[in-house]
Amino acid sequence: MSIRVIEDKCIGCRLCVAVCPLGAITIVEKKARIDLDKCNLCGVCVSECEKFEAIEIIRHAEHAEHAEHAEHAEHAGHAEHAGHAGEKEAAGDKEGYQGVWVFAEQKEGTVAGVTLELLGEGRKLADKLGTVLSAVLLGNSMEQAAQELIAYGADRVYLADSPQLADFLEDPYAEVLTELCREYKPAILLLGATTIGRSLAPKVAARLRTGLTADCTGLAIDGETKNLLQTRPAFGGNLMATILCPNHRPQMATVRPRVFPPAKRDENRTGEVVRYDYSTRRLLQRAELLEVIKAAGTTINLAEANIIVAGGRGLCDQKNFALVEELAEVLGGAVGASRAVVDAGWIPYAHQVGQTGKTVCPKIYIACGIHGAVQHLVGMQSSELIIAINKNPEAPIFNVADYGIVGDVLEVIPALLKEIKKARGEA
Amino acid sequence: MKIIVCIKQVPDTTEVKIDKETNTLIREGVASVINPFDLYAIEEGLRLREEHGGTVTVLSMGPVQVIESLREALSMGADEAILLSDRAFAGADTLATAYTLSKAVEKIGAFDLIICGKQAIDGDTAQVGPELAEMLEIPHVTYVRRVHGIASGQITVERMTEEGSEKIRFPLPGLITVVKEINEPRLPSIKGKMRAKKAEIPVWSASELGTDPEKTGLQGSPTWVKKVFTPEQKGGGEIFEGEIEEQVAKLVRRLRETKIV
Repeated sequence: MSIRVIEDKCIGCRLCVAVCPLGAITIVEKKARIDLDKCNLCGVCVSECEKFEAIEIIRHAEHAEHAEHAEHAEHAGHAEHAGHAGEKEAAGDKEGYQGVWVFAEQKEGTVAGVTLELLGEGRKLADKLGTVLSAVLLGNSMEQAAQELIAYGADRVYLADSPQLADFLEDPYAEVLTELCREYKPAILLLGATTIGRSLAPKVAARLRTGLTADCTGLAIDGETKNLLQTRPAFGGNLMATILCPNHRPQMATVRPRVFPPAKRDENRTGEVVRYDYSTRRLLQRAELLEVIKAAGTTINLAEANIIVAGGRGLCDQKNFALVEELAEVLGGAVGASRAVVDAGWIPYAHQVGQTGKTVCPKIYIACGIHGAVQHLVGMQSSELIIAINKNPEAPIFNVADYGIVGDVLEVIPALLKEIKKARGEA
Repeated sequence: MKIIVCIKQVPDTTEVKIDKETNTLIREGVASVINPFDLYAIEEGLRLREEHGGTVTVLSMGPVQVIESLREALSMGADEAILLSDRAFAGADTLATAYTLSKAVEKIGAFDLIICGKQAIDGDTAQVGPELAEMLEIPHVTYVRRVHGIASGQITVERMTEEGSEKIRFPLPGLITVVKEINEPRLPSIKGKMRAKKAEIPVWSASELGTDPEKTGLQGSPTWVKKVFTPEQKGGGEIFEGEIEEQVAKLVRRLRETKIV
């Protein structure tokens, strides 16, 4: 397996040179040359060369052939090399796997918002495949929630019930979810890209030895192969990648919250609940949840917020941050912040948006006195509507803004608050 | 305490510029650095060593140039560094990467704690840590913002969640992934730099690790990149002009048109 330049097709246009993240490509005598010591086969150049098709990744001959023609033989081919038992799953007899599963995340008995979004998207995928949509719900006494999942589009709910599953912990959750996957063999398993989903999914994927795509923002079914096309941002959304998991099942993905609309509730929908009582069996539980600490004051769940009002250094002083908080409160939004003000100690890290903080995509993002360094932009530029307030008209934040107000944020926010109240007829 | 810290070398985004015409990252000639989150992982390893004694081993997989990042980790104070490098490892997805790291950890032998950064800033997957833990059959906790303590073979940590945090205790050996809030990474000392310069960094290949070629690199990766593309650019925004009151009024009018306010 390697990568090569097809010299007859290469015109030496340098497109690949510019995109290579490792600087592995040079142009020698008007043809691209790839330094195999530097290349990590990421495939960015192959995509970039779409027009000329002059670069190709050569996969293992056997592998490529199987991928295209003989899916059944794949299993046998892999099994020969398999090191130990349980490895057979790695090859995954694809034919045995069907159905779309959504992991229904719950906290203190309340189903997470992202689960309803996954049911909406999962429904579409299941209909496209002509298959069943199931939700997997782990918890303690969740019968009513199971019925709700049916109302939101699930044909079937696998309900694993035990006091041991009341709160999320990696060990018991992974044990149950893996076991159910082995028994029912779903073709697709979707989880929310939440704290829980992004810890549980890789544990389960490693145990099932299957592929997992993180933080997807687009899902579709390939018309020909029926494979799941998983699209996700990389480099903070400056690049998008479409990922496949062609030879392993289930195809697993975590999906970014708030990207898809929630499914519509229909209480007349009917479905089946498959119950599993785990209360009599001791599940693996190495970790112990000692305490749940809720953050006080303003909401910090930036991932689920419709509106985020974020403040930066342009506010000049910590005490002025109250303006940002007031605007957030008036709009019913959450409070975000740039790295600079978090580092200055104005507001806790949980509010930081950007590369070393959180990636958010609310309906409205209002950047107040934020200059817009690339590290901040990658954390918020996929927001639906961006409003920038900054006194420097050259600030890069305006490059990603839908609406921009040029002015001192300390004057703009009070004026904005007044105008909003006026618009609402409160003043 | 035997501590292993896994790091990744990534392109330095502070040097990355955006091409205004195509709205893509210009990555040509960009320097490589230690993934920012991994600096917190190294620092936490060093702090735990200072408190409990023991050693910190830094581990990375990648091309030979990653040696530079490992030297930087040594100059911060890590005791030893190991590079996993082989053509057979190229093109690895998170599962294949975790497998390769797990073989290296097995070769290192007994350990107490593995620390990883929350995620790498190029791929943003946050998957290698938990997958590595599962392959080693040890418990893990992600998004750790604080280590409360280590006592009688158990570690108590605080995990950041959407609503606040959770205090969790689990037995060692185990793995944690850490967020920025956990500490303030130190700068390399002059003495550290001198030591790192002279340090020998072993490079372990596939044959030394005894990895199964079916499980490493592109060959061992269940996920394939089908296509990489630049997202469609948003249309240019509307930057208002005039007095602040005027601009604000225009904005609110626009928002009302879209029924937001």
